[in-house]
Amino acid sequence: MASYRTPLGRARGLGAAKHGVGAWIAERVTAVALVPLVLWAVFAGLRLAATDYYGAVEWLTSSMVNPVLMGLFIIVGFMHMHAGLRVVIEDYIEKHLTRAGLLLLNLFACSLIGALAVFSILKVALGGAY
Amino acid sequence: MTDAPRERPLSPHTTIWRWHLTMATSILHRASGCALYGGGLILAIWAMTLAAGPEAYGTFKAVMGSFPGKIVMFGLTLATFYHLAKGLQHLIWDAGHGYNLKTATMGAIATIAFAIAATLAVWIIAAMTGAL
Repeated sequence: MASYRTPLGRARGLGAAKHGVGAWIAERVTAVALVPLVLWAVFAGLRLAATDYYGAVEWLTSSMVNPVLMGLFIIVGFMHMHAGLRVVIEDYIEKHLTRAGLLLLNLFACSLIGALAVFSILKVALGGAY
Repeated sequence: MTDAPRERPLSPHTTIWRWHLTMATSILHRASGCALYGGGLILAIWAMTLAAGPEAYGTFKAVMGSFPGKIVMFGLTLATFYHLAKGLQHLIWDAGHGYNLKTATMGAIATIAFAIAATLAVWIIAAMTGAL
């Protein structure tokens, strides 16, 4: 049967783009990964707060466990930060341009600062700190 | 298609509802998440000052070890444990369980209790291990 709907009318009738579910799942997956990581990070923070620069370098260079878990914590943490603040922006900012700008800023800030942090951990762990 | 924006139906908002525990803890979950965004930035500064050398790291430790720095860290500890516990309740909800009113309220109480207890425990351990 021939359709009498205009292309615009048809597109409007399709509803959501169904892309939202990916973002929703990403927020939950990172949340699950962060449960053990954040508990480890609290103990790591206690260790690091009690020591100085050389102790912190020691902590990152003495084994593979600490730099790998710290790297994972930063990556997953920043992914979760991005996913979380994205929802907050989408919920509260109505103005289209402001919303788009803030969403981009959130993505770029999390990517750049997360990359800087991971690179810093690698630099120290691979022996470039001294 | 009309140019004028259509009046959209609005759902009842915070001004209409009587405050209750699950609502307050749900809002606090979002607030603590936003606070932890700042915590993530502090974590990145920690990593970057460590890579920059002893002098930069010394400055970082001095700032975080000062009284205002400790207040921020205490708040971030509380936000971490709160967001962790409430996040677990949200994951249980996402799985389709725990919507019973009594269960949900119990979860909210447990969340607050855990956040306070775990924060105090960590700061007592910090005081005992010379981390302060």
